Amino acid sequence: MKEKGIKVIKEKCVGCGACIKACPFGAVTLESKIAVIDLDKCTLCGACKEACPFGAIVIYKPQGVKTDVSGYKNVWVFIEREEQKIASVSFELLGKARVLAGDLKSKVVAVFLGSDIKKDTQELIYKGADEVILVEKKELGHFIAENYANTIVRLIQKYKPEIVLAGATTTGRSLVSRIAVKIRTGLTADCTGLDIDKEKKLLIQTRPAFGGNIMAQIITPNYRPQMATVRHKVMKELPPDKNREGKVIEEVLDGKIIDDRIEFVKFIKEESYKVNLADADIIVSGGRGLGEPKNFSLIRELAAALNAAVGASRAAVDAGWIPYSHQVGQTGRTVAPKIYIACGISGQIQHLVGMQSSKIIVAINKDPDAPIFKIANYGIVGDLFKVIPLLVEKIKSK
Amino acid sequence: MNIVVCIKQVPETTEVKINPETNTLIREGVSSIINPFDMYAIEEAVRLKEKYSGKTTVITMGPPQADDALREALSLGIDEAIHLTDRAFAGSDTWATSLVLAKAIEKIKDVDMVLCGKQASDGDTAQVGPGIATHLGWPQATYVRKIDEVDFDNNSVVCERLLEEGYEVLKLSFPCLITVVKEINEPRMPSLRGKMRAKKQNIPAWGIKELGLKDEDAGLSGSPTQVVKIFSPPPRRMGMIIEGTPPEAVDKLFSELKKHLT
Repeated sequence: MKEKGIKVIKEKCVGCGACIKACPFGAVTLESKIAVIDLDKCTLCGACKEACPFGAIVIYKPQGVKTDVSGYKNVWVFIEREEQKIASVSFELLGKARVLAGDLKSKVVAVFLGSDIKKDTQELIYKGADEVILVEKKELGHFIAENYANTIVRLIQKYKPEIVLAGATTTGRSLVSRIAVKIRTGLTADCTGLDIDKEKKLLIQTRPAFGGNIMAQIITPNYRPQMATVRHKVMKELPPDKNREGKVIEEVLDGKIIDDRIEFVKFIKEESYKVNLADADIIVSGGRGLGEPKNFSLIRELAAALNAAVGASRAAVDAGWIPYSHQVGQTGRTVAPKIYIACGISGQIQHLVGMQSSKIIVAINKDPDAPIFKIANYGIVGDLFKVIPLLVEKIKSK
Repeated sequence: MNIVVCIKQVPETTEVKINPETNTLIREGVSSIINPFDMYAIEEAVRLKEKYSGKTTVITMGPPQADDALREALSLGIDEAIHLTDRAFAGSDTWATSLVLAKAIEKIKDVDMVLCGKQASDGDTAQVGPGIATHLGWPQATYVRKIDEVDFDNNSVVCERLLEEGYEVLKLSFPCLITVVKEINEPRMPSLRGKMRAKKQNIPAWGIKELGLKDEDAGLSGSPTQVVKIFSPPPRRMGMIIEGTPPEAVDKLFSELKKHLT
């Protein structure tokens, strides 16, 4: 069983080349008008199989170890805290979990860890939780991936949830990967869609791959829980319903859950972040077109008028005009706000992959051929030093 | 210090262009590079070695052509490379990938620190680093922007972890795993001598048997997740260019934006 499980059925292949275009790895070529797959380059992703109009490509998927997946129920949401409040992505996930739990006829359970947090449990119930599993410990007051993972692994073993969701944040990503490996189950990052296959009772997880080039649907058929992370703003938060009732289960875990090989020393808040990029509804970004560092004040003014976060292209960051934490793009942050305003950014592909999922994209650039205009909903070809002040004035006057 | 750097070979996106008609990305004859984030992990390993002495080893799990990525890492100053390559690894998800890398780190023996990029630019999951740490049973620090003094008396390291709204300072005991962000350093260019050495160096290949794993532990059968369908996202609609003098254009833009502002 050492051979890879992909084959071209020569009788069906007509040499149309659809698979060659579809392959993200350049693993397919035509030889005598028949598709040939270079097994060293192929990752069995299945893009060619989907693209083939003739069903000429087959992939044999070996059946993994079957484990008993019965007896698992309920949809869990890991509740993430940011300093004094609950992260908005957690409420958005509670909203989605309600839909999934409705399809599965099960409950939404919020998993809430920390120190002195009992007062916030009510809000979780108002926004969709049927139950809150609360673990209060002084040592859980600050997030440490190891300690949180140890705690949640114990809870999963006790309660056996069917699905576990978390935000695709620095906290969520660092945590759930540890849990999935310990429990031995599947985890899918950055899902943009979560649905239930009602017949098979499976969570269908949809996520972009290869910089948004391709969408993939992923399942975890043989292991439980089915785990997924979702970015900010992808799902919708429910309006609080003060008539909702729920149960709070206080868990006191005995035994060792604190890992003494890692120690939290301190947290330093950086004041330059008025609004967190991942969390922002609107982002105003500046690029090389600003010419010099002091002109970033224009971007800040527009951002302030719109109550938006400030982003930047790699060119502006590399030139030292603004700290790295503002960088949007492949080597910076990936964002998907409601409105993204790109000022003086030409739109290199590395920038585009970091912001092209934004709902509305506005581009202001003096070069009519800038690639940013190709993906912008609204474009102004013009001098940003004239356009931005006018726009600021307009917003302020309303 | 005995440091291992885990890298991944990824398609180079600078060669990807947008098809103006469909607004989708086209990839033709895409060449491969080291995942951009891994370049910072390589540089950090070389700097730590320069400062504290020791040994650096780079590993990758990938097909035969990933040899290029390993040689590039050697040219940048890494001492040794090991190529984890086996057809049985193909189709591994992040669970199986982190198992294979963890097994290799165990086999290298007496490793103090593992460095990874924060995520790969093609998959974007950021799951493999913490996955390796968990398979090994080690503590981790993700999104690290600075590694401070290493304390050899207490076998620990202090580092700064970049968060959404600032950063936190963590102290970890060895052995540990650290994933790094771009801010941590500025990678050097390969030296001529480094390139010469990289060309000649012997790179051992470890397959599934060398790692003490069975066929069903990796690849599709060792992966809890399964890809059931791949499809193209709906193309982004081409937008409008707002014409007119700057005041006119701003007026029009503002009235359009107002629709989306509430």
